[in-house]
Amino acid sequence: MNFDLSEDQLALRDGIRALCRGRFTSERIRKGFDQAMHEELESTGVFSLRADGFGWAEAAITFEELGRAVVPGPLVWTHLAHGVADGTISGLARPEPGAAAFIEHLVTADVIAVLDDDGVSLVPTDAIREAAALDWPLDPLTPVHRVEALPAGERVAGADVAAMWRRGGGVLTAAFQIGMAQACTDAATEYALARRQFDRPIGSFQAVKHLLADMVVRAEVARAAVHAAAVTLDDPGVCDLDRVLAGARLLAAEAALKNAKSSMQVHGGMGFTWESDVHLFLKRAWVLNTAFGSANEHADALAARL
Amino acid sequence: MDLRYSETDEAFRAELRAWLARALPDLPSPPARDDWPARVRFDTNWQRFLYDAGYAGISWPKEYGGRDASPSEQLVFLEETTRARAPYVGVNFVGTLHCGPTLIAEGSDAQKTAHLPKILKGEEVWCQCFSEPDAGSDLAGLRTRAERDGDHYVVTGQKVWCSFGHIGDFGELLVRTDPDVPKHRGITWLILPMDLPGIDVRPIETVLGSSEFCEVFLDEVRVPVENRVGDENDGWRVTNVTLSFERGTAFVSEMVDALRMAEELAPDVHDPTERRELAHVVAELDALWALTKRNVSQAARDGSPGQGAFMLKLAYSEARDRLGELCMRVLDRAAFDVHDERVEERLRTLSIPIAAGTSQIQRNIIGERVLGLPKEQPWAKVP
Repeated sequence: MNFDLSEDQLALRDGIRALCRGRFTSERIRKGFDQAMHEELESTGVFSLRADGFGWAEAAITFEELGRAVVPGPLVWTHLAHGVADGTISGLARPEPGAAAFIEHLVTADVIAVLDDDGVSLVPTDAIREAAALDWPLDPLTPVHRVEALPAGERVAGADVAAMWRRGGGVLTAAFQIGMAQACTDAATEYALARRQFDRPIGSFQAVKHLLADMVVRAEVARAAVHAAAVTLDDPGVCDLDRVLAGARLLAAEAALKNAKSSMQVHGGMGFTWESDVHLFLKRAWVLNTAFGSANEHADALAARL
Repeated sequence: MDLRYSETDEAFRAELRAWLARALPDLPSPPARDDWPARVRFDTNWQRFLYDAGYAGISWPKEYGGRDASPSEQLVFLEETTRARAPYVGVNFVGTLHCGPTLIAEGSDAQKTAHLPKILKGEEVWCQCFSEPDAGSDLAGLRTRAERDGDHYVVTGQKVWCSFGHIGDFGELLVRTDPDVPKHRGITWLILPMDLPGIDVRPIETVLGSSEFCEVFLDEVRVPVENRVGDENDGWRVTNVTLSFERGTAFVSEMVDALRMAEELAPDVHDPTERRELAHVVAELDALWALTKRNVSQAARDGSPGQGAFMLKLAYSEARDRLGELCMRVLDRAAFDVHDERVEERLRTLSIPIAAGTSQIQRNIIGERVLGLPKEQPWAKVP
């Protein structure tokens, strides 16, 4: 047993981190996902990692770094669909009959993957050309279209694959969320060191220091949970897979959301403005909490296993 | 990242599990909470029992009676003893979980030989004499004075919250040996034989109605210089070694126990909101166990649990508090009976966010040492 990152994993993490720092600046992120971004991520191997011989653990490490930079795009779905469909893939869980479908990144996607209990279907974007774009989506970097009735599409994989996507998608989303939680901690810490009030850095005041300490602990605990879930997905004998997955989702979602809110609090009025990045993290946290199961669904799933 | 235990670990688990299955049924039932002579007997007998079976001091050096096994075997030991509901470390807490590890790291050969085997055999009970009435969270602000007189330190002062003070054979004692330097630099760590003349111990009754800890009054107590651990005035560094064990490893078995309690509570939790709350606590405790494994991996690499210890202590305190409150709500009016293990636990665990450095102190330390934030005020002088 050695729960540290291996040398190779550290190298992978540092590589992706450097790429994000150099390529995915705040200025560029704010322009949203586009074909160039897709190609850069593709050539780095973000989507083909597991086909290239890495495991879920390495994929999680990669998505954690993408989360730090709050990179936009249907990244998790494109990763899941690698080998099943080409290009940029967005996706969603099939809504209850009669309910509207909210589809992310429809315009940049080549095809939409739809998950249900029986399998995975692909819906061509042509088939939902009539969909209405929300003119003001909650997360400005996650464009959303609303479709009243989602077509059935073409069944491309069965229930086993759907279950695997649901679990893997959950782990990668959680990994993205802990990256966001960490980025919020880093940004708030930097601000607390730089911003002075009453003649000293605000980070010296216990009221602020304790907020930040809670942020770092929340991210650290959630990271342990997410790494445990990723390792278990690679090696299902290690822990109770569904229990550890549900736990990782619960803690990572909470860490991303609470840390974004705390970051806004530390940034004060500046954090409430459009020009600071804080709201991008908070809004993405809300958006991601609806992907691959809600917090309540995960809590119920975990409780059912006790 | 590898969470699998090795074959050696699993072989150890199988052997230990078999031993526990044989040993536990013959054990007498645990004594009443306030019957201290019986509690000392029960806990030290269990310690001796572990020692004779080769399970005392899993990670301690063989030459002092330990097993010299890997940290992961220590985790297996905690998992299995908790699962089997083996007795808690009890009155051997200070000796086995923080004084012993401190002596292994910082003690002289003579100190190690004199104390370590006896701690492992249950022949010595230790208590902690760190806190003082005017220096609770500001531990380094302690005022108990020790003046050198030939081969002795003459110690005068008052300690409080001394865990197991009334039953301890030895205490881990912090004293001020130089009042004229900044407060962290004038402290010395001493081994205090609790039967020396001039020591007056008065138990304190806790919210549980029992006395886990005491006030200790020291009036010109003559402690031999050879009882000093580390150098004179270097006690703050040694103290931090002790505290890192206290915060980093000493409550890890409690954490496993909390998980067991949460799982045992599950069948009694029917309200959907409360079930979700329970799930959340379990997710946290599972994650803390994973974090413990990470810290252990890190300690194996770097030699100390590092900053992870403070995070574990803080996160565990909060998770434990939530579990305790959930228990009280689930028990409803059945919680009127303090004899219920879960009610007793709720009362006992109120101390967790206070003991071994309050949660607020842990947050300060995390803010300053992990995030590099400045101190609110510069360190003051000795009061």
